Amino acid sequence: MKLNQTLIPVSIIVAFILQIMPMPASIDVYRPDWLLLLLCYWTMALPNRVGLGATAICGVVLDILYGTSLGVHSFAMVIPVYLVAANYQRFRNYSVIQQAIMIFILSMLYHMVVYWLQYALTGVQFRFEFLWPVITSVFLWPWLFWFLRRYRRLLRVT
Amino acid sequence: MNEVFARGPSLFVRLAVVLVLSVSAMIIDTKVENFATARTYLNSMVSPLQYIANLPGAMLSWSADRFSSRQRLLNDNEKLTNQVTLMSEQLQRFRILEQENKNLRKLLDAPVRDSMHKMITELMAVDTNPYSHQIVINKGALDGVFLSQSVLDDSGIVGQISEVGTTNSRVLLISDVTHAIPVRIERNNVRFIAVGDGSLDSMQLQHVPHSADIEEGDVLVSSGLGEVFPEGYPVATITTIIRNESRPFAEVTATPFAKLDRIKYLLLLWPQATAPASAIAPDAFFPDTTLPEETEEKQ
Repeated sequence: MKLNQTLIPVSIIVAFILQIMPMPASIDVYRPDWLLLLLCYWTMALPNRVGLGATAICGVVLDILYGTSLGVHSFAMVIPVYLVAANYQRFRNYSVIQQAIMIFILSMLYHMVVYWLQYALTGVQFRFEFLWPVITSVFLWPWLFWFLRRYRRLLRVT
Repeated sequence: MNEVFARGPSLFVRLAVVLVLSVSAMIIDTKVENFATARTYLNSMVSPLQYIANLPGAMLSWSADRFSSRQRLLNDNEKLTNQVTLMSEQLQRFRILEQENKNLRKLLDAPVRDSMHKMITELMAVDTNPYSHQIVINKGALDGVFLSQSVLDDSGIVGQISEVGTTNSRVLLISDVTHAIPVRIERNNVRFIAVGDGSLDSMQLQHVPHSADIEEGDVLVSSGLGEVFPEGYPVATITTIIRNESRPFAEVTATPFAKLDRIKYLLLLWPQATAPASAIAPDAFFPDTTLPEETEEKQ
């Protein structure tokens, strides 16, 4: 029983590692939003376990890891996760393709909010490179969804 | 156990609470000066994650080191030996020139420039955040790293320390949008401020008059004004100048000398007075070849 409780935190730590793992600069711009996708999945599958509170804490940790002002990523991540949490039953009934389209919108929202906040805080200039992760996230979602569903069912994460 | 009825405050209230808390965290983080010390602790708390994330890359380079062929090692060795011989010959000349320069400065009553203590550090992590250019290095407060210390690579200035952790610290690169460095043109000592523009291979010079004596290919070195960076280290070379008279200033773009996209080993600099014992002294490789100071007796 105790093992089942730790499986979600373990998956979140793995997502953090994938999110900050050093990569060559040419591949780095395509890095998908591992953490956001994972939080979206758990919110959809187990909304009583993972929700806005967990997302806010993960966002602050990501801010510390990224060296951005505290609160930027928690602000930006909590909005898409809120949309998932409010509509999780609808989400579960979508096909994977429809879910991927929703992930496109959620991930775009996340990146735009991060950009707006960064613009307000430091005045960065917009580049379309910033939106590559949206595309890769959409293509990652079907695989991640399949993998995480197996993970959840085989290991009986509840 | 599945819950049919949600407990606690409604989802929307929770969203509002998180958003308000995030905004206040942002305001505290950017406006309150003393918050930097709190961030040091937070950084130390999450540094295990960074170490784990760094493991695959470290293992790859470790195995590459282990399995590199004997022939390649021999070739590398030969190349490096040649390089060391050539460089030490140059260094000998530089040392004489440096001594001469010191003596001349003494004659002119100009202050003698101290050489810097150095320490070699290794890259630990690159921020994957596209909005800011920061890297993490594997030296921290325990090694004597201090805030806004200068960081160099083998070809030029890389950036300055922006956050110090216990065993690692964060470097803000010169290409970050929030970073500016005072520079001068090596050729004619005209001073400017070079500001990062968010792309790894370019910087902008600010407030350059149309009439300024500046050419493409000019070398920018740190001017030492602002007292963050030591004087005379190469920063960037000027690549394009657009003199559009309808704009108030000329648009000047420069390319940093430091290879900011392929950092591996870096140098930390300390002024003589505050250097920790573990730092490499400026004349560490020539301990007993100090040149005699003759000029003072001749006067």
